[in-house]
Amino acid sequence: MQATDPIIAFSRVNKWYGHFHVLRDIDLDVARGERIVICGPSGSGKSTLIRCINRLEEHQQGVLKVDGVELSDDLKAIEAIRRQVGMVFQQFNLFPHLTVLENLTLAPMWVGKVPKKEADERAMQQLARVRIAEQAAKYPLQLSGGQQQRVAIARALCLTPKIMLFDEPTSALDPEMIKEVLDVMIELANQGITMLCVTHEMGFARSVADRVIFMDQGQIVEQNTPAEFFSHPKSERTKDFLSKILAH
Amino acid sequence: MSTITHGYQLIPPRAPPVATEGVLPWLRRNLFSDWKNALGTLVIAALLAVFVPRLFDWAVVNAVARPDNAACRAIGHAGACWGVVAEKYRLILFGRYPYAEQWRPLLATTLMIVLLAASCYRPFWKQWLIALWVVVAAAFFVLMRGGVLGLTPVETARWGGFPLTMMLSTIGLGTAFPLSILVALGRRSRMPGIRTLCVLYVELIRGVPLISVLFMASFMFPLFMPAGMTIDVLLRVQVGITLFSAAYLAEVVRGGLQAVPRGQVEAAASLGLTYWQTTRKIVLPQALRIVVPAIMNTFIGTFKDTSLVTIVSLYDLTGALQLALGDSDWRKFFLEGQLFVAAIYFVCCFAMSRYSRWVERHLNTGARRN
Repeated sequence: MQATDPIIAFSRVNKWYGHFHVLRDIDLDVARGERIVICGPSGSGKSTLIRCINRLEEHQQGVLKVDGVELSDDLKAIEAIRRQVGMVFQQFNLFPHLTVLENLTLAPMWVGKVPKKEADERAMQQLARVRIAEQAAKYPLQLSGGQQQRVAIARALCLTPKIMLFDEPTSALDPEMIKEVLDVMIELANQGITMLCVTHEMGFARSVADRVIFMDQGQIVEQNTPAEFFSHPKSERTKDFLSKILAH
Repeated sequence: MSTITHGYQLIPPRAPPVATEGVLPWLRRNLFSDWKNALGTLVIAALLAVFVPRLFDWAVVNAVARPDNAACRAIGHAGACWGVVAEKYRLILFGRYPYAEQWRPLLATTLMIVLLAASCYRPFWKQWLIALWVVVAAAFFVLMRGGVLGLTPVETARWGGFPLTMMLSTIGLGTAFPLSILVALGRRSRMPGIRTLCVLYVELIRGVPLISVLFMASFMFPLFMPAGMTIDVLLRVQVGITLFSAAYLAEVVRGGLQAVPRGQVEAAASLGLTYWQTTRKIVLPQALRIVVPAIMNTFIGTFKDTSLVTIVSLYDLTGALQLALGDSDWRKFFLEGQLFVAAIYFVCCFAMSRYSRWVERHLNTGARRN
């Protein structure tokens, strides 16, 4: 699957934690506006893969380009890329000492050099987008998990990123709250932003993904459209994985 | 067995069954909950009944408050001789500072205490407060040292008493605290050079008693200075105290830094914040609030440790008391003098302790649920 003008391009990317080979010869092109779901057993390297995109993790071999810029030790380049890439974490990682509104305005004011008034307005728009504007003055720990995760999505959107990365965004949520977060993510997907999402929510994958990637032991085992992926998995490893997560 | 019902009904909240408030329930629960507890309460009450009246008689009823040496000697052990304080308080409070000029340390110290009190108030934590501190510190030195504006010069060797204690601890902690943050960050730096330097500094200073540091600052340091060049002993001691408490504070701050989850730094990084922005806006506010009690512990320790400067012939509050008790007429009443000085220390330390509690509560808004 070759995109003509990929926004993210991995070519033969490798990474090790000590002697542990966590990413092995990753080749992956992501087209602009493409929505990708990455799944796989724990320890398969899927989180590490997307964390390389905004260089929360460094790869040690191969070339990784994001929006035409190659990721290296160049701090300025990394900071520029991070402004283009929003990220949502499993544990939300909101700043507990700041209000919801301050969580959203921090980066626009300090990174984007946006005046406070404008940053506040933009933040309120994003909060309205995730349907939580009335909680702007509260502190994160006063909100439910689902609300916190929606704030985290709004925070990532405040810098108007071109790419959104989701690292198991619903795994730490109570079952009752998963839907409210997925709904927001589905809306976002329908608005044309490039999305890479590590998740086991297969319903989400079916309804919004352009492509599903299955990883195991640091390798991309198989990738396909959701329809093909779920109905005709090619490798035995994929079949085995799907049988386990779709059984219930 | 309850029967299975299909209709769900909300049970309204009810008040608890037993009254748990009021004096009697409190007494029973806390002082007389069982026979062991009751026995303990009675024994302690009996001891208090014996000793409190005696202490009261000694400290108040039979005490001599006038600076009357003969009356003090006459009362003997039956009453306290607060006369020693009445007679010597200026020597205790200001040390060997020239008697006629003692309004200067009084004014300088008052300025510093007023500004300290103002600095405790959170809405004042703005840039102008730092500027004001520079101004007040300058005013403090001009007043103490003299030599300008028609003030008679007073050499630093004669500074003493409470102003010296205040100066050594306020300036010491005021400079040690920012330094300690840099050292704590340096110890976690990715750059091996900086990291090694910070580890060496902390381990070397912490591994040595403060007395040794003060001796080295006072006697050893001048040996390595070029001939003819001297640095004021008070300045050297001040630097010694600063470096010493900074090493301890750095470890306290590092503890706070380690308690901030990695995800916080990752979230800040993913938003494009630089290292220093992340440190200032995300990491330090959370790290420092966790270690407020430990920081204040170190502050209080340093405040009291300044009394060790007497070993290099600087007369802080405790040193000045020794000077005052050098008078053979009053030497007998050292206990009252010690109590007076102890009371001053206690007031200062208790104020710091209460302030620390207040800061904890007020910084905790976000960390609490609801």
